Amino acid sequence: MRNTWILYKRDLKSYFTSPIAYVVIALFVAISGVFFYALLTRFLNIQMQAMFRAQQMGQNIPVNVNEFLIRPLLSNMSIIALFMIPMITMRSFSEDKRSGTMELLLTSPVTNSQLILGKFFAAFSLYAVMIVISFIYPLILTIYGQPEMVPTIMGYLGLLFLGIATVSVGVLISSMTENQIIAAVGTFAIMMLFWMVGWLGSGDTAFSHIAQYVSLIGHMDDFTKGVFDTTHLVYYASFMFLGLFLTYQSIESTKWRG
Amino acid sequence: MIEVQNVTKRYGPTLAVDNVSFRVEKGEIVGFLGPNAAGKTTTMRIITSFMPATEGQVSVAGYDVFDEAMEVKKRIGYLPENPPLYPEMRVTDYLRFVAALKGVAKSQISKQVDRAVELTTLGEMQNRLIKKLSKGFRQRVGLAQALINEPDVLILDEPTVGLDPKQIIEVRELIKSLAADHTIILSTHILPEVSMTCERVVIINRGRIVAEDTVENLMSSVDSGESLVLQVDGPFDAIQEKIGAVDGVKTVNLDSGASAAGTATAIRVDCEPGKSVRREVAKTIVTNDWGLLELRPISRTLEDVFLELTTEEQEVAA
Repeated sequence: MRNTWILYKRDLKSYFTSPIAYVVIALFVAISGVFFYALLTRFLNIQMQAMFRAQQMGQNIPVNVNEFLIRPLLSNMSIIALFMIPMITMRSFSEDKRSGTMELLLTSPVTNSQLILGKFFAAFSLYAVMIVISFIYPLILTIYGQPEMVPTIMGYLGLLFLGIATVSVGVLISSMTENQIIAAVGTFAIMMLFWMVGWLGSGDTAFSHIAQYVSLIGHMDDFTKGVFDTTHLVYYASFMFLGLFLTYQSIESTKWRG
Repeated sequence: MIEVQNVTKRYGPTLAVDNVSFRVEKGEIVGFLGPNAAGKTTTMRIITSFMPATEGQVSVAGYDVFDEAMEVKKRIGYLPENPPLYPEMRVTDYLRFVAALKGVAKSQISKQVDRAVELTTLGEMQNRLIKKLSKGFRQRVGLAQALINEPDVLILDEPTVGLDPKQIIEVRELIKSLAADHTIILSTHILPEVSMTCERVVIINRGRIVAEDTVENLMSSVDSGESLVLQVDGPFDAIQEKIGAVDGVKTVNLDSGASAAGTATAIRVDCEPGKSVRREVAKTIVTNDWGLLELRPISRTLEDVFLELTTEEQEVAA
């Protein structure tokens, strides 16, 4: 436990002493901001039309902020987050392998699991900080309206679960190469794959069901609706365990290969 | 303290270490000597339990490096060939991190960091970022890192590489001073380093141990007698005949390695072990009225021993 904590602290500190953390967070918050602005504009238009229609026809259908603004914002953010993961995890193990500090880590009295967990949680913490900072957008809405907070927070929880799964993949790829660029590109490719596989999920064949189930983003939908379903939790958790398990194997095997 | 038994390491089809066995007793400094790519680093990595051996057993302080790796890791300080540093950290922060990682108790960390900084004379550098340090200081931070938990065993892979002559002397002194409470294996391909710091030498070449002994024994074991280099102004045939007749002289040859000055001939004289022939050789030359321009004994160094052992090995292999 202490060892994991020591490794976690060092890695997290190193993220924030290098520009990476700031670049990643700034990029994510800025792109999310653009989407927030666009969606807000669209939302105001829809609302205006609704009011117009209400005057004309006497129908009053209120436009829901969560439905038309927060939900699409969360879906977009989950995809932007996927694109940020490679930048967060690319140095995780690669940097240590390249600079030789891996020799220090592997000859210190720490187990591989402690090492992997320390690095995983450090990368995940950076991701979590990034997600939490983007919470300003829903907060801005509370000044002008009453968005429902429970589904919003549920959506954010979903983003964090998405991070648990994807960071583990990033750490895995990073443990396989000493080249940060290859680590980033490899992770990026896998993120793309698990995003796009969801597009095959339309229709009602067995294949499309599998495609739908495998998709990282597909499991976000219920979260953005504010629905908590343990199926998705199981999916993200298994993704993480698989990622970390394979990382363990990868570290062990580099040991044997030398 | 360290026991290496029949260790073999293969990287795929490449044989890096071939059936190596040796022991290091408590408090000894052992030099691990060999040309580049001889298997030094691989052997050290096996001892530190960084990687497992393909065959054979290694134990450190009675613990097997494979089955009881944690116990071994607690007792070892390891300086790899490239010091394992985090360039974005400050020297003391880095040492505190390593101390914690090596299991130094929280209350002891500051004390141990100060001790390591003092031993490696890093005082003025301790608040600098590691990336701003010169190669020599980085090497010392690497050494401080290896010492941080007062390990029983120190494994140093080429500790003086990249240092300037003054720093080399300092590091050698430091290593010697550490020998009192540590068992040390240090690898190097620099021969004087071994004769200066180590009590015992293990010479390794192409993954095999070719010699293992104290420095003195190694020198005398291959002692095939004194050699002289002469510069004589005179006819070589006659010189060869007369000097060859001197008691104790084995061979007289033209020394192709040395350049002769003017009309002089450069000659190499090899003698039988345990005989001193300098006086007689000089007398012979003078009585024959040749000009004796130079007479110089060549003492054998560890370098000769090393070359002899490693080239012999190559001939066997070829």
